[in-house]
Amino acid sequence: MEQPFDLTLIWAGIIAFGVMMYVLMDGFDLGQGILFPFAPTEHHRDVMMNSVAPVWDGNETWLVLGGAGLLAAFPLVYSVFLPALYIGVFLLLAGLIFRGVAFEFRFKAKTSRYLWNWAFAGGSIVASFAQGAVVGAYIQGFETENFRYVGGALDWLTPFTVITGIGLVSGYALLGAAWLIMKSEGEVQDWAYKVAPRLLMLVLAVFAVISVYTPFVDDRVMSRWFDGISFIWILPLLALYCAWIVFTSLRDRKEGMPFVATMGLFLFTYLGLLASKWPYMVPPDYTLWDAASAFESQLFLLLGFLFVIPIVLAYTAWTYWVFRGKVKQGGYH
Amino acid sequence: MELDPLLLSRMQFAFVVCFHAIFPVFTIGLASFIAVLETLSYKTGNPLWQRLSKFWIQVFAVVFGMGVVSGIVMSFQFGTNWSNFSYATANFLGPVLSYEVVTAFFLEAAFLGVLLFGRDKVPQGVHLFAAIMVAVGTFISSFWILSANSLMQTPDGLELRNGMYHVVSWADALFTASFAYRFAHMALASFLTAALVVAGVSAWFILQKREFDANRKALSIALWMLLILAPLQAVVGDYHGLNTLKHQPMKVAAMEGNWETQSGAPLLLFAIPDKEAQTNHFEIGIPKLASFILTHDWDGVIPGLKEVPVAEQPPVFIVFWAFRVMVGLGLLMIVIGVWGLILRPKGRYYQSKTFLQALRLMSVSPFLAVLAGWVVTEVGRAPWLIYGQMTHAEGLTPSLTGGMALFTLIGYIVVYSLVFSSGVYYLLKVFRGGLEKANAPHEMDEIERPKRPFSAAHVAIEGDK
Repeated sequence: MEQPFDLTLIWAGIIAFGVMMYVLMDGFDLGQGILFPFAPTEHHRDVMMNSVAPVWDGNETWLVLGGAGLLAAFPLVYSVFLPALYIGVFLLLAGLIFRGVAFEFRFKAKTSRYLWNWAFAGGSIVASFAQGAVVGAYIQGFETENFRYVGGALDWLTPFTVITGIGLVSGYALLGAAWLIMKSEGEVQDWAYKVAPRLLMLVLAVFAVISVYTPFVDDRVMSRWFDGISFIWILPLLALYCAWIVFTSLRDRKEGMPFVATMGLFLFTYLGLLASKWPYMVPPDYTLWDAASAFESQLFLLLGFLFVIPIVLAYTAWTYWVFRGKVKQGGYH
Repeated sequence: MELDPLLLSRMQFAFVVCFHAIFPVFTIGLASFIAVLETLSYKTGNPLWQRLSKFWIQVFAVVFGMGVVSGIVMSFQFGTNWSNFSYATANFLGPVLSYEVVTAFFLEAAFLGVLLFGRDKVPQGVHLFAAIMVAVGTFISSFWILSANSLMQTPDGLELRNGMYHVVSWADALFTASFAYRFAHMALASFLTAALVVAGVSAWFILQKREFDANRKALSIALWMLLILAPLQAVVGDYHGLNTLKHQPMKVAAMEGNWETQSGAPLLLFAIPDKEAQTNHFEIGIPKLASFILTHDWDGVIPGLKEVPVAEQPPVFIVFWAFRVMVGLGLLMIVIGVWGLILRPKGRYYQSKTFLQALRLMSVSPFLAVLAGWVVTEVGRAPWLIYGQMTHAEGLTPSLTGGMALFTLIGYIVVYSLVFSSGVYYLLKVFRGGLEKANAPHEMDEIERPKRPFSAAHVAIEGDK
């Protein structure tokens, strides 16, 4: 069919935006769960959970929206990634279910509270690690034949994906700590200031390992970065600059800047990743145009998304506005 | 023993979908019941309606929450275990399932918060509007899901090109031949589910002499609903069956346990269908009745299972008995509805202990009936995933091994048992708390947070408070 414009590119933009929104927003609340076992007291944990309780499920909206959007706009991604990551997807879902339920029940529980603490921490860590491994698996690429995944059950689990998994867990923890600095005061904030620089060091270390490792995993990435000087080098430099701001703003005990700069660190790393793989959506064989669904299907859903995404964004902004400011003991009253 | 990924995947899908289905089927009906309560409250100003509504909104919140969590898993099942099917049908199923998600989020973002937490913060009219929109929204959600399912039963409006279906007519694909019947049947099932649960819980409260005035009103509404809807469901079910006979004759043959194509087929009340021997054992039936029901002619011809090769016959035993469970429970609902009408004069319906106890027991019946109905329609479609076009085996993920499928099947059973037993346990606590708890100024204020479905309920997990 003759297409008046390239919807596939528009959809790639929507999905990329959705993934970024998800990573930034669910990232800081997953981060609370990752830091949970290290919190010194139950009071810390109360504040940590309260700081994200009103917004976490809205954050996860983006995951479900992205998943459904993928099936509609890029079915090949859906039908290759999910079988290839079969075990990982199960762990991700189980993790998200456990922490979701922990959110509901920890506040209503007294004697069984420690169980929900573990559910929250365990679920968050497993889900974050699984997401990081997905990123690594995407960089590695998938063994496909005739638009079908033909690899094994654990092909996705390699030393490289373990590193990317750890990378995302530490990244989310940093984002979570920076969020906590912004939303808390007193001893909880002091604690967050103490752990954040260590997490930054960890993130930078993993960042370095991945940057060195990735070009060896995929030749195409190698040539993209090293065949002549390219403007994309600006992205890792900006990421490093953000890391520097995180460091100095933590040192100067600024409250909002560490979080903003950490988001910048994530954003530029993410863009760098996209620049490495563009236009491959199911590497190594298929581009986003190979992975796309039919024009009329993309159009049919686009109408709905154009209507709903602004509403979801407005609602999200409103929620964050309502719950702005510091968490007081016992919630936002 | 060789592990069969196909069988294990089907078991896993059946497990998660059955677990998921019981929540929405209840919330769809309950949302409408709440809208009715809110309307009555708005029109009459009688505080009892609001007392009732506050309680049932809490129940709604918890069940809705569990439905959302179990639904997320569903949206990944298609890709993990049925990737060939997902890929082939993505041009249709992708947008349709996405629209369902989009509807649900829009609903939650715009109206659910107002319904659950806005009672004292917005004008009463706005709150009522939110209640009605939540009820409407649940139906829009089920529209998309049933449209997707109907396409798998009676495919239309699609064209296969290079291994992928393309939509040639959205109208034909969204509204296939079986859609209207399925939607009506499912909507009535949701209303009946809400009616029977409300009746059962109200009866239980009345037996305990709690909040008599309010619960009597709820019971009365529920019984009227039951009286009208249960017979109506039988009629709609009959039409649905005629539609199935036209488009999926082998499903009806399995439902009736009918092996040979024959005129004047009997309605079997009991039989042990045996697919290996291609016959029934221990048949007890009423002569010619199946022909009359299905063709409205005593000597009408009913197709038999032997019309197709054994490999294309559905598992007859399961379909045959699931159908009888569904119909049996449906008839029982009609009986209870009529019983309620007989007890209506002088208000004996809320005095008869026997009747109230019967209602308590009946409150699980709609869930069993709905699951049995879905077993009939889904197992009855076998071996087809898309009727006449793609089998279960063809739709399966090619890289899936038996070991992987077994791992996640056990995993989901473990996760669901832990998580949903907590959820159901909590729901029972909310029931035990009753209207009194739902209307009391709540002591959990200090650790309560807004905007979560579960936060609408103020009951602690432990202890009796």
